[in-house]
Amino acid sequence: MATLVVAEHDNAALRPVTLNVVAAAQAIGGEFDILVAGSGCAPVADEAAVIDGVGKVLLADAPAYEHALAENVGALVAGLADGYDHVLAAHTTTGKNFLPRTAALLDSQMVSDIIGVESPDTFLRPIYAGIAIATVKTSDAKKVVSVRGTGFDAAPADGGSGTVHAVDARHDAGLSEFVGEEIAKSERPELTSASIVISGGRGMQSGDNFSLLEGIADKLGAAIGASRAAVDAGFVPNDMQVGQTGKIVAPELYIAVGISGAIQHLAGMKDSKVIVAINKDEDAPIFQIADYGLVADLFEALPELESALD
Amino acid sequence: MKVLVPVKRVVDANVKVRVKPDGTGIDLANVKMAVNPFCEIAIEEAVRLREAEVASEVVAVAVGESNCQEQLRTCLALGADRAILVETAPDLEPLAIAKLLKAIYDQEQPGIVILGKQSIDGDNSQTGPMFAALAGLPQGTFASNLAVDGDTAEVVREVDGGLQTVSLKMPIVVTTDLRLNEPRYASLPNIMKAKRKPLDVTTPEALGVDVGRRTEVVDVAPPPERQAGIKVENVDQLVDKLTNEAKVIGQA
Repeated sequence: MATLVVAEHDNAALRPVTLNVVAAAQAIGGEFDILVAGSGCAPVADEAAVIDGVGKVLLADAPAYEHALAENVGALVAGLADGYDHVLAAHTTTGKNFLPRTAALLDSQMVSDIIGVESPDTFLRPIYAGIAIATVKTSDAKKVVSVRGTGFDAAPADGGSGTVHAVDARHDAGLSEFVGEEIAKSERPELTSASIVISGGRGMQSGDNFSLLEGIADKLGAAIGASRAAVDAGFVPNDMQVGQTGKIVAPELYIAVGISGAIQHLAGMKDSKVIVAINKDEDAPIFQIADYGLVADLFEALPELESALD
Repeated sequence: MKVLVPVKRVVDANVKVRVKPDGTGIDLANVKMAVNPFCEIAIEEAVRLREAEVASEVVAVAVGESNCQEQLRTCLALGADRAILVETAPDLEPLAIAKLLKAIYDQEQPGIVILGKQSIDGDNSQTGPMFAALAGLPQGTFASNLAVDGDTAEVVREVDGGLQTVSLKMPIVVTTDLRLNEPRYASLPNIMKAKRKPLDVTTPEALGVDVGRRTEVVDVAPPPERQAGIKVENVDQLVDKLTNEAKVIGQA
């Protein structure tokens, strides 16, 4: 039995979520190889080659793969799937973009967003915003699976001795072109891999008030998130959204500020180790899942918290 | 140019659903159903394209049981010109739906296919890219902006770190994210008018598509429940608890 793990990276370094996907491959069992598809991404392949237990690292280095365009990468992965029983990638905006294309090209009913492996053909995945966990068994010979990073503890990043093999296949569908990107530049950790996350909701009242979270985030080394209500109200951009339709996080500490606790938000953070809720409404549903609740006006509590952290 | 908008009937986003005690699924008896929120955004975008005279016709299509006609009527009230129901058993898998959409696509020859990025029941996030791959089309997933210019379109995509802009060769597939637009409400006159708009019904057999299942849901169970913790009196007590009890801060 063999698994192909599609690495997530920025052409310079692996994204941490790749190690969680590797852990899912290890839970399935058997050998696993890693595909690094990108442009000028040889350093990423070298990094992947020392991941514990890796077999081969397939390096597909071509301009057509630089920005992980789904039309090209989806076809590349489908073309490389021969000889593998499982094809795995992270359930991120990159994985969600190309992996369903790969699955369709392989005529396989993909299993999305798994949080557990029961056996090589049976997986656990949340449905209905995490209100339920479905156990799904697939009968497809080629199993195409996207993995929720927070569902698996990261595999060791070193200790392995894989060999790098260049892949010659060139899939340039010529259908799509990268035009540009605006990637938020931040000194803070990335939301999905941060060990502490502090999020604001509708109770923040404005985008400017998110600055109240920034000082605390800086002191804690935390990432800043938001509820959908705060995004919908235009306070902050959508890439900060934590929830069913945004990012799924499971940090050591999650601090929810001015967030009522709609089920869609809980879906994105309820696997956090410790949850703190600060809300002036003592009946807010968020308190039902919080380890520590503080009923307070956030405009008083946040400055106090910031100075208490000195 | 025609715009095809596949839509899904799902449980209303405001309804709190429960797992059936026998572990076979979610109890949907007598709960309010609605158009999947991301599909509403797709309909709105299509209608705006027609209003801007980029598109000439908006065709809504649903795959499912006959009661999906309710959601198709909603789409007609929101401005779609006509609708197609592919009548099937409930809970088809995304790959089967993508194959049916490919058959409809071949018949209708739209320039743009817009659909939601995910449905709020299955949370699979598969149908759009699967259909795009089967039809050999480029895709702009998680779109927050769509600009059509002749035989290309620019799509701004909501990606994990921010925004990415891609240029796609028409015809294209777009999946909607939250900020693409704010859907309108259907007015009473439009709801009345929608009753007279055409709604055709077809079947997988008529389209020549095998929709057999590949996966089996063995069990559906509620997740482990999280217990409520304690309320702290003030910020100092909170910091104390986090430092000394939970030990999640100040351990540097």
